[in-house]
Amino acid sequence: MNQLHLPFLELSILIPAIGALLISGLKSPNAARKWCLVCSGFTFACTVLAWQDFGLLHMNEASDRWDLIATLTGYQLFVVDEFSAPLLPAVALLYFLMTLATLKTKMQRFSFSWSLASESARLATLACRDPWAVIAFLALGCIPPLFELKSRQRQLRIYGLHMGLSIALLVIGWFLVGLEPDQKLHSLWAIVPIMIAIAIRSGMVPFHLWMGDLFEHGSFGSALLFVTPMMGAYATVRLLLPVAPDWVLRGLGVLAMSTAVYAAGLSMIQHEARRFFCYSFLSHSSMIFVGLDAVTPIGLTGALCMWLSIMLSMTGLGLTLRALEARFGRLSLDRYHGLYEHTPGLAMCFALTGLASVGFPGTLGFIGTELLIDGAVETYASVGVMLLLATALNGIAIVRAYFLLFTGSRYASSVSLKIGIRERFAVLLLAALLIGGGLFPQPGVLTRHHAARQLLEHRRVMLGLPPLPDEAHEHGGGAEPAGQPGPVEGQEPAARQE
Amino acid sequence: MGWLMMAMQICGVVVLVAPMLLLCVLGIPALLDRQLSERQISWAVLVANSVGLAAAVCVLAGMLLSGERSVPIELGTWVGIPNYHFAWKFVFDRLSVPFVILSFSLIGVIGAFADQYMHREPGYSRFFMLYSIFLAGMIVTSLAGTIETLFSGWELVGLSSAFLVAFFHERESPVRNGQVIWSIYRVSDAALLLAALTLHHQTGEGDFGKLMVSGTWPDGEARLTEAQAILVGGLILLAAAGKSALVPFSGWLPRAMEGPTPSSAVFYGALSVHLGAFLLLRVSPVLERSWMLGAATITLGLATALCGAVCGRVQTDIKSVLCYASLTQVGIIVAEIGIGWRYIPLIHILGHACLRILQFVRAPSLLQDYRAIENAIGGSLPSTMGWFARMLPTSSQHWLYRFALERCYLDGLLARFVVSPVLAVFHACDRYERQATAWLNGRPPTTTSPSPAPITGGAEELL
Repeated sequence: MNQLHLPFLELSILIPAIGALLISGLKSPNAARKWCLVCSGFTFACTVLAWQDFGLLHMNEASDRWDLIATLTGYQLFVVDEFSAPLLPAVALLYFLMTLATLKTKMQRFSFSWSLASESARLATLACRDPWAVIAFLALGCIPPLFELKSRQRQLRIYGLHMGLSIALLVIGWFLVGLEPDQKLHSLWAIVPIMIAIAIRSGMVPFHLWMGDLFEHGSFGSALLFVTPMMGAYATVRLLLPVAPDWVLRGLGVLAMSTAVYAAGLSMIQHEARRFFCYSFLSHSSMIFVGLDAVTPIGLTGALCMWLSIMLSMTGLGLTLRALEARFGRLSLDRYHGLYEHTPGLAMCFALTGLASVGFPGTLGFIGTELLIDGAVETYASVGVMLLLATALNGIAIVRAYFLLFTGSRYASSVSLKIGIRERFAVLLLAALLIGGGLFPQPGVLTRHHAARQLLEHRRVMLGLPPLPDEAHEHGGGAEPAGQPGPVEGQEPAARQE
Repeated sequence: MGWLMMAMQICGVVVLVAPMLLLCVLGIPALLDRQLSERQISWAVLVANSVGLAAAVCVLAGMLLSGERSVPIELGTWVGIPNYHFAWKFVFDRLSVPFVILSFSLIGVIGAFADQYMHREPGYSRFFMLYSIFLAGMIVTSLAGTIETLFSGWELVGLSSAFLVAFFHERESPVRNGQVIWSIYRVSDAALLLAALTLHHQTGEGDFGKLMVSGTWPDGEARLTEAQAILVGGLILLAAAGKSALVPFSGWLPRAMEGPTPSSAVFYGALSVHLGAFLLLRVSPVLERSWMLGAATITLGLATALCGAVCGRVQTDIKSVLCYASLTQVGIIVAEIGIGWRYIPLIHILGHACLRILQFVRAPSLLQDYRAIENAIGGSLPSTMGWFARMLPTSSQHWLYRFALERCYLDGLLARFVVSPVLAVFHACDRYERQATAWLNGRPPTTTSPSPAPITGGAEELL
């Protein structure tokens, strides 16, 4: 296998893991934050270098040079491919920005050591493709919130039950898949447990109660870091996509689509800012599954673009809400707060990231939404209406929350509540990525398209299907002649030539 | 004539770049929390509008000299992957050129007016930031050569409209009205995007030019079957109804008067309110494919005109009177489009926009004008009932008065039959979820969920 120039993958997993161990011994939250910032900063640098190094290789996949685990065990555990390469720095960036934007008021509640531990687990999950290892790292990633809930003396039952069930079903499902080594199409006994496990992990209706509970009872930062990397979607790509028949994926897509609309509706009527965020995130993340499960190059490309867009925009929105909470405590959406005058920077960031999440023109989400809907409509005839409905409801909910938090009255305060430099840097960096990606989307879309094709090729190999038509052939599609109906089912759509 | 075409292309690009640069000049400092001075902002606005207008007039002159009826501007492929291409394409033609010149003229005039009107207002820079988004949105929408490009501008206009209505955001009422307008715009946006998708999947094209078998606007015939046209046209009609406050969405227009007078003038009196009609004109070949679409357009237009005429009679403040007068005219314009006319509604839009903007900017001094007239005639102005009202029996007069006062019950009907049932379902779901969470956590299930706040500006206040 091709090798990166340095062991960036292992470094990006080891640095936060070692940092977590070291920081757990520190008493001072301030010192813990500083060390956590250093560790997550180095981790982020390693992931960026891994991504760039991989890009320079022009290969489909690459592993570490001087791979420690391979040397010890002879097994190549950590691998980067086109799909995971940009996800690694994106996730590392979330952790870095979360640490950077943590104010003194939040330091006592936010566990920096668990944050690093969870970062290590998350990056390890993203850097490996072996199904059992993915399941193991997914399970490890569930542990930090458990300890946090316990330390805050909250009920673990809902979260523990859901995550435990999810991991157990993944193990059962993959075990059953392993029992059918000669079959290209696996039995339902093997596929359905994996599908349900993913639905639970992703918070699809009716398995979504844990998410609201986690946001309500956990610290906002930890909950945010647990959900925004969207590990359920990652499990779909690595575990379900290669082995599941089309109709199973479409079933999951329908479930995701229902969740998107349902959660968007609920986000519109919430009375607490955290629950609003939770449902809004749930709705957005579910849309990704619609594209993932469409199993077409365009739909999958749209889903992968949306993945990055939603990860960044929802983290930006979450960081803004968290910054507000650090100043004003938990915020209700039962009345107007009128915070604009004191925090115009946060108001602008809230509006920008919120609009980016719903795919507003000029943001990264716009082209992702277009691709997603376009691709998904090819597979499900009526899906466009549902996705548009969810997008419309999400847009209404975001602006409603903005108005309730920042306008409608005057908030009296004798002290300055303006956005701090670190917070400003965090949200501006996310805003710059969202707008920059929105104005110049081609490079990003192209790499996501290659990744989508790679995933679909792998799926076809696993299922024993003929390979995808090559891209040069696909270019041949043209506009339909006048008066002719659109592309027939099963055929690639005509090229879009606006 | 190659050089003339190239000059027109360059001017066309300038028309597009000017508002975008204004948006950057005002937007980037706002994002970095740096305040530009009023003088800098007003200069930037003046330069952007003047340059844009001059370039648009040059394009018009070039078209008249060369006899070209359509000047396309293609900014290259924005996104291109196999089976999917997205290119920014704009077109200067007989519809877009008058509209873009009108937009630059009126927005420029209002920019100069607002510079004085908003002087030393705390939200001066915020106003002009939203103003620049609106300008960019209007220009993109007017010149859009594809339905996706049009959608991008359409969304920018919607966003700036809603936030400008909520401009005086320290009070609840403007904010609630801004939320209502945003909600209706989102429905309208969704309908337009769905129309775009449908169009793509039926024809493989979103390009207005390629949608026609031959010819440029207003000639040409749509490449759609009647059934396809009914679906696409119906969605576009819904989008236009939301944007232009046609029945049953007319209720948002008077709510929009909460914004500052300059924005009310340019948005709801002159430009934004005509965007729906503009869209119908742009896709008029689609409407022509089916007599049912034409009939629906005429019905919608006439119903809106009637609604505007009736409601306008009972309004007690000048901005509401003017907004209903606008609504009446927009209804008539839409009916004209439904009939199949093309140039008459375009001229109607241009004339109506100019007249109405003048009336709106004069509105704050209306009382002074009335006082001057009354001083001149030495008494109160006579208030007489129209002949139609005098013919009605008293009971009908009372009923009609109430009907008009309640704005034809449109808001009430939408709230009762659309919004409330939907919200009731979601509230019930939320309640059951909380109970299920409590049960799973081993807590006693709560019998009540937090009740919907009476006045929250939330979903209950959508309409």
